[in-house]
Amino acid sequence: MATAEHDETKYGEVTRKRAFVETGVAKLLLSPSLIAILVFVYGFIGATLYVSISNWRSSTIDLSPSDPILGIYDRLFHMTRFQIDLRNTFVFTILFLLFAVVVGLVLALLLDQRIFGRSLFRNIFLFPYALSFIVTGVSWRWIFSPQTGINLLVENLGINAALDAIGLPAFSPAWLTTPEVVGDLASWIPFLDGINAQLGLPLAMIPVVIAATWQLSGFAMAMYLAGLGTISHDIREAAQLDGASSWRIYRDIIIPLLRPITISILIILGHVSLKIFDLIFAMSGSGPGFATDVPGIFVYEQTFRATRYNLGAAASIVMLLLVSIVIVPYLARTLKEL
Amino acid sequence: MAELDAASDGRRHRPITNAIIIAILTVAVIFYLMPVYVMVITGFKAAADVSLANMWEVPATFTVDGYRSAWDKLSPNLATSFQLAIPATILSGLIGAVNGYLFSKWKFRGSDVLFTLLLFGMFIPYQSILIPLIRFLDYINLYGTLPGLIIVHVVYGLPITTLIFRNYFTNIPGEIIEAARVDGDGVIGIFFRIMLPLSLPAFVVVGIFQFTNIWNDFLFGLTIITNPREQPITVALNNLSGGFAVEWNVLMAGAVIAALPTAILYILLGRFFVRGMLAGSMKG
Repeated sequence: MATAEHDETKYGEVTRKRAFVETGVAKLLLSPSLIAILVFVYGFIGATLYVSISNWRSSTIDLSPSDPILGIYDRLFHMTRFQIDLRNTFVFTILFLLFAVVVGLVLALLLDQRIFGRSLFRNIFLFPYALSFIVTGVSWRWIFSPQTGINLLVENLGINAALDAIGLPAFSPAWLTTPEVVGDLASWIPFLDGINAQLGLPLAMIPVVIAATWQLSGFAMAMYLAGLGTISHDIREAAQLDGASSWRIYRDIIIPLLRPITISILIILGHVSLKIFDLIFAMSGSGPGFATDVPGIFVYEQTFRATRYNLGAAASIVMLLLVSIVIVPYLARTLKEL
Repeated sequence: MAELDAASDGRRHRPITNAIIIAILTVAVIFYLMPVYVMVITGFKAAADVSLANMWEVPATFTVDGYRSAWDKLSPNLATSFQLAIPATILSGLIGAVNGYLFSKWKFRGSDVLFTLLLFGMFIPYQSILIPLIRFLDYINLYGTLPGLIIVHVVYGLPITTLIFRNYFTNIPGEIIEAARVDGDGVIGIFFRIMLPLSLPAFVVVGIFQFTNIWNDFLFGLTIITNPREQPITVALNNLSGGFAVEWNVLMAGAVIAALPTAILYILLGRFFVRGMLAGSMKG
């Protein structure tokens, strides 16, 4: 007995020693990646932050601190263009999230039925997600040019003739080419000082929202389909036996069960839309009167075209903060679940 | 029995309901394929045939002139994109496999926090690291070069590849690891003898998803590679669309060429792509 006990202690000690060595090996193997991320993500963000409070505003580097220290941010938020960019980002994010979630949910619910060609439909709806924003932006740009594209299709289909016949004006929006902004929130909130941008809906943003919905609603659909797949057959069956109609099963049981999925979709697509760049860059650029300008384009132009590094850096830090508001709570929740 | 089964969970409908569902889905299909249709038919049109009035019509005469012209302009950039996406995908995949294995099977105090801090890297807007990144690449003499761009994609690809592998390895039972440890295998031995042979599906998911992400990247290619001949295809395509007189047939043919590699991957191996996407996929 004594020997066995002794052996066990010895074995325990060996195991502990071995575990210590093994954990050490694990840490050693992880360290290159962790150091790379420490430098490329956190270090570089710190450096950008530093540039944003410096006097570096030409091709010659000048890292002396600006006076006052947050002076660049003050200037940034007073720039009409950047105010417009923030307005555009909010308008785009809200409309896009609404469209993507509704379209994604409707497609998923339709595909949840036992219909013919289900997987073919699903693959088609998801296909745009695999394409580059530049490729699709080029195509959408042509579809939304006012002399051709949608307007021409409407004309060819005889819709304008029909509208004319009943005394309505023809359908020919200027799409991407209009600087028009509808409405102004500032007239509702009188104490907003120093805001030069019109806080309304820039009409040129609508085609961009449509293109983004086209490209990314498949993601929402796939998330919902994955969620629908986990809702057990038993729940549906039980509700069915209780005499619930299929409409009520969806409304009262299935859609409420999809809530956590909706939140994930809003977070993931929300952070994508807050930093949207490629699609708008290819489709319309800044647009007329900055009607489709967003912080991503602002940063690119200030940094690489105008070499106003401090201003570009400050705007990119604002982008990072906007994204962080959405992502940090999400990551904190993920960490708790690990 | 069959009748009961058919009605069992409310997902079987009368033919009329089915017809309505299929009709709605067909309208959606038209919307989803519209930009693709425009790209493909315009690419096959002759330059003279690309007038505004017949944009929606199929070409009067099919010609591959647009494709030939686009190919002449874009083929160096297409080659660059392959030379970029293939090594960057393989490298970030291999490193991600090791990281994912360690984060799932060799947890230590603080490893979950480190993993979460790593994940943050895939959500940041890359605009917020570009200035120091370019200074750094310049400092190590890799600014404007393909190896420089490969390193950038490998590093910023680590969060997503690590995440996908970590999720995959988490589902492999710990008993297998314990058994291998009793046999005397250590951290590295278990990875090569047990985990690596099991991880082919995860490699396929990561490979397809990362290849697509890197292929479709625009911002890094635009800002890190300065010579237009050496820029990735997305950047070259965008350059093609600038200027006053846009040759739409050439541009659309170019868009099709730029889209084909990822489109083919998606059509052949779409289900793996979806798995990568759902693992926490980001775009843009």
